Amino acid sequence: MRLALAALCVGALLGGLSPAAAQGAPEAPSAPAKPAPLEFRFGVLRHFPAPPPWWDSLATLPPQDDGVAGAALGVADNNTTGRFLKQTFAIAEELVPHADDPMPAFQRLVDGGAKFIVVAAPADELLKMADAAKGRDVILFNAGARDDELRQEDCRANILHTAPNRAMLTDGLAQYLAVRRWTNWLLLTGRTADDRKYAADVKRSARKFGAKIVEERVWNFGPDARATAQAEIPVFTQNVSYDIAVIADELGEFGDLIGWRTWDPRPTAGTQGLTPTTWHMTLENWGASQLQNRFWRQSKRGMRPLDFQMWLAMRTIGEAAARTKSNDLKTLQAFIFGPDFELAGFKGQSFSYRPWDHQLRQPIVLAQPAAMVSVSPQEGFLHQTNPLDTLGFDRPESRCSFAK
Amino acid sequence: MRIPPARPRALPARLLAAGLGLTALTGFAGPASAEKIFVSNERDHTVTVIDGASLKPIETIKTGRRPRGITASPDGKLIYVCVSDDNRVEVYDAATYALVRTLPSGPDPELFVLHPSGNPLYIANEDDNMVTIVDTATGQKTAEIPVGVEPEGMGISPDGKILVNTSETTNMAHFISTDTNEIVENVLVDSRPRVAEFRPDNKHVWVSAEVGGTVSVIDPKSHQVVKRLTFEIPGVTAEAIQPVGIRITRDNKTAYVALGPANRVAVVDTETFAIRKYLLVGQRVWQLAFSPDESRLYTTNGNSNDISIIDVAAEKVTKSVTTGRSPWGAVSVP
Repeated sequence: MRLALAALCVGALLGGLSPAAAQGAPEAPSAPAKPAPLEFRFGVLRHFPAPPPWWDSLATLPPQDDGVAGAALGVADNNTTGRFLKQTFAIAEELVPHADDPMPAFQRLVDGGAKFIVVAAPADELLKMADAAKGRDVILFNAGARDDELRQEDCRANILHTAPNRAMLTDGLAQYLAVRRWTNWLLLTGRTADDRKYAADVKRSARKFGAKIVEERVWNFGPDARATAQAEIPVFTQNVSYDIAVIADELGEFGDLIGWRTWDPRPTAGTQGLTPTTWHMTLENWGASQLQNRFWRQSKRGMRPLDFQMWLAMRTIGEAAARTKSNDLKTLQAFIFGPDFELAGFKGQSFSYRPWDHQLRQPIVLAQPAAMVSVSPQEGFLHQTNPLDTLGFDRPESRCSFAK
Repeated sequence: MRIPPARPRALPARLLAAGLGLTALTGFAGPASAEKIFVSNERDHTVTVIDGASLKPIETIKTGRRPRGITASPDGKLIYVCVSDDNRVEVYDAATYALVRTLPSGPDPELFVLHPSGNPLYIANEDDNMVTIVDTATGQKTAEIPVGVEPEGMGISPDGKILVNTSETTNMAHFISTDTNEIVENVLVDSRPRVAEFRPDNKHVWVSAEVGGTVSVIDPKSHQVVKRLTFEIPGVTAEAIQPVGIRITRDNKTAYVALGPANRVAVVDTETFAIRKYLLVGQRVWQLAFSPDESRLYTTNGNSNDISIIDVAAEKVTKSVTTGRSPWGAVSVP
């Protein structure tokens, strides 16, 4: 267990804030009232996933502080703003080894007084935590699990999702491929249950945006084909006519071996190749450079999607706190799901939460390893209320019910 | 960006005092013939110089990396450019285009504003949560003021007493006394505030919020938001309406607001706050600058790599002129 208390000091109070000014357009000026000091206690829990299959490759090894570094930056940003509002944000960190049960660590965070707990853990563990926290004054943020079920049948009222679900990702990719008119897809699916879930969402997105899965093939050449890929991949991909190979390999077992080895010269996309994600180190439009630079200065490495998703969780509360001037969970939640909540996330438009399943709406970045390619929603995909709802589960498709 | 001497009422006297001589005496029928427009090109690392009479580019100045904020000394003789990735401000001779000197700026300077007297220079350090004050005579940093996350917009009151800085992630307009260099008030505005612009009569300061899609009009005495402007354009999604640059005419009557990827500039009545018109300009319009005589307004269009020229009296877009890649800011001098 590691417990870190970050930047807690109440900074020099540089003037108060007119509460009326914050509310928009008041008619009658009132004397600015000085706010009372408020504290916001966060917990961050990361349960380390199984080591990547190519754990011996420096290129695929994730940094130890993946995600939690984004949370640390989020708390620093919140404290910079909080200085002007007498709001302080503190964070306690729990890093749980892969083999361990994360529940005791979760309990420690709750017992330590954390009201906002940002979790990167598998779906089943997240649900256990949510159910353990039910009825208590705690909000959970799901920063890591991409399972559609967490936004559908298994949704929970006390979880907000800053991680995208798979359907959002594959929709973001499908829109771009539709724009390019690359609509005949060869679907290459891995051996794990998560790969099959990703593949199911690829199929769903194909139906939604008018693409065709010309064939689905399942990778069964066994683990670690790095040495034999040059012989195996051409065989794996021959005798089929398609525009692009769409890969469903969440484990990272074979996806990176497909490009440049297909029988026909074809591009690759999906979990490898052109990848839909929330964040990429090469994103620099919309002020993204500032966040990238800030993160680099703090962590001496580039910002990764999990870092960004944890940063978003911190900023959700930071933004709601600045607007409501409250640390009451009900007040914060009412604001977060209300019409005035807008989170600036450096991707061109404001983010907000879907009230029907608590999923954060955000543009999806399409990137190759060293360059951003595009950002979805693509122009021309229209929506009656919010173009971001063309990605993932829109209200009519929702099977989430918080009542139960 | 407009040069400060244009603000006071006693205009011809001020221009003469600024040593502009013949130009000022003869230049009031239309744009002064010697007018030059300087445009910073963020991704080209250059400044394009455009001749005001022919509206043709006459020079490309190679600058430091990532030039963004650009302004001129009150006499129009010096051009100041924030070169963000080189962490300094470069000062160019407006006549010869020679680099006169560089000023320290603190890290990642994005936008700045000159005191109406021409000294000091107030610089927003976007990566550093600071406003840096630099004495333009000595070239020394004199103070740093801690502000919110990602400071950007910089506006100064016509009397030079109040500086307003906006911080993009903190979503505040910080009102700073230039006597004490301390924050006197923080006003929460909508998401991602980009630019702060005072009315020449000091009655209001206008603050644009790019992601929020609004402009907050703030009374600088009471620090109250007196109006929150929203924009609606048929056929343009609300998400594309991202207000950035603001300019207000010398007579205080009309404000122009650049709306980013909506590719339009809103023409706003500053008393009724009615939006009179949306002028279609180039793509992703960010910053605005008046010509010295205010007959024209220039818009920097970051995605179409040009500036649009607006005839202020007619409220019409008359021409566009190609610049370098990603034009960011502009300033015009006589």
